[in-house]
Amino acid sequence: MEGPIKLETQNVNFYFGDNLVLKNISIRIPSNRITAIIGPSGCGKSTFLRLFNRMNDVLEGARVEGKVLIDGVDIYNSNIDVAMLRRKVGMVFQKPNPFPTSIFDNVAYGPRIHGLHKGKDLREIVENALRQAALWDEVKDKLHRSALELSGGQQQRLCIARCLAVEPEVLLMDEPASALDPISTLKIEELMQGLKERYTIVIVTHNMQEAARVSDYTGFIYKGELVEFAPTVDIFEHPQNKLTEDYITGRFG
Amino acid sequence: MEVRRSFEIQLQNLQENLIEMGHFVRRMLQKAMQALVEQDTALAEEVIADDDVADAMDINIETKCMRLIALQQPMAKDLRVVGTVIKAIADIERIGDYSVDIAKIAIRLSEEKYFKPLEIISKMAATVDTMIDETLKAFLERDLPLVQKVCNEDDEVDHLYKNLFDELLDYMRKDPELVYQSTYFLFVARYLERCADHIVNVAERVHYMVTGQLLQLAPSHRSTSEE
Ligand SMILES: Nc1ncnc2c1ncn2[C@@H]1O[C@H](COP(=O)(O)OP(=O)(O)O)[C@@H](O)[C@H]1O
Ligand SMILES: [Mg+2]
Repeated sequence: MEGPIKLETQNVNFYFGDNLVLKNISIRIPSNRITAIIGPSGCGKSTFLRLFNRMNDVLEGARVEGKVLIDGVDIYNSNIDVAMLRRKVGMVFQKPNPFPTSIFDNVAYGPRIHGLHKGKDLREIVENALRQAALWDEVKDKLHRSALELSGGQQQRLCIARCLAVEPEVLLMDEPASALDPISTLKIEELMQGLKERYTIVIVTHNMQEAARVSDYTGFIYKGELVEFAPTVDIFEHPQNKLTEDYITGRFG
Repeated sequence: MEVRRSFEIQLQNLQENLIEMGHFVRRMLQKAMQALVEQDTALAEEVIADDDVADAMDINIETKCMRLIALQQPMAKDLRVVGTVIKAIADIERIGDYSVDIAKIAIRLSEEKYFKPLEIISKMAATVDTMIDETLKAFLERDLPLVQKVCNEDDEVDHLYKNLFDELLDYMRKDPELVYQSTYFLFVARYLERCADHIVNVAERVHYMVTGQLLQLAPSHRSTSEE
């Protein structure tokens, strides 16, 4: 795999109680690339994604074995500040979840709680984040209207802007387009291409065509195991593993 | 299994269409050669008429490929099948065109008394005929050793071509009377050599379809076939 590695897991097992959900996963995810994780539902994609911002920690019975590294640092180490970690590793969910406040306040929320705006113009931070999320032109005249008035696709881009406003390094996206119409989906995908210059993006999707369109690398998870991880072109043109091939050619019976 | 039944059927159908077109064009080349050897102008005319059928097959198959890509988004080995078919029909269609060229020469030479039997040309044609048959079989059965065999046979065609070339040049130098026929024979040999190159392209695609690797399996023919 070329280039520097941003995220890495080493022999990670993940349990919900007695249930082994991720099995011995070792992966090296490159910086400033889009990595897609595909697999049938329930295979452990979301759980895998949540390893990197420790969102699994709060779930009942969750237990991690092995190492999860960001920039070579073990993020499950006891001296890790989880709040700082989550600032560095933003997450976008399947259903857009804007706060029921104004568009402006949605984006300003993170910088305010992290004190990022001190000495900086908050308006500038908000505008910058909205521009990166390709939403600025659509909302610049109504920043103080409620975020809930926006369309689903706009709300999702607002959630992306909200993540970006705290200047993260990694963006985790869990089926970010699955609740959106096709045009909004393509807008989010286009947006991701622009974002990878500055961020490392990991996207979970059950839509293989989407993975093929947006990502540089693709990992296929099946029943908690990372079956294959390779450049996206290889996965979709000539996967090495029979299971991967059966899955992406739609022959899972 | 059986999750994408109608898709499977369409993909299967596409492969059968390619085989059918391959054998149709193979038959065109056989008839063109027979027309040349037996100076049978009616048969030559038949080959010329066959070309429209080959062209229609080409367009029909390409349309199906594009439709499958647009509507079914084939992936991995399925994608490689569709990609292989799209490329292969272009090469096969060219063999049909060369058959027509040979048929036209057969018509031109139909009143001539040949100054020598068409031995080497017939041998070339027989090898090309085998190569087409084997390539279609390799495609159908995903037979990589057979692919390699076809690529090796191309060297044989090149070799025959070179021998014939030297021989005919010699005749022409010695006797200007023979230039007319010899020139046409050279053209025919050249067309056959090109047909072999095209069928090797198809064979290389079969290799790609099976392995995902695009290779030049008959590197020797590349250098000799440069214009
Ligand atoms: N909070 C939870 N408590 C217990 N089991 C869970 C929890 N969340 C997910 N699981 C189980 O973990 C497995 C993987 O789930 P998940 O990571 O959500 O899969 P995916 O995102 O691929 O659909 C599933 O078997 C699911 O039932
Ligand atoms: Mg999930």
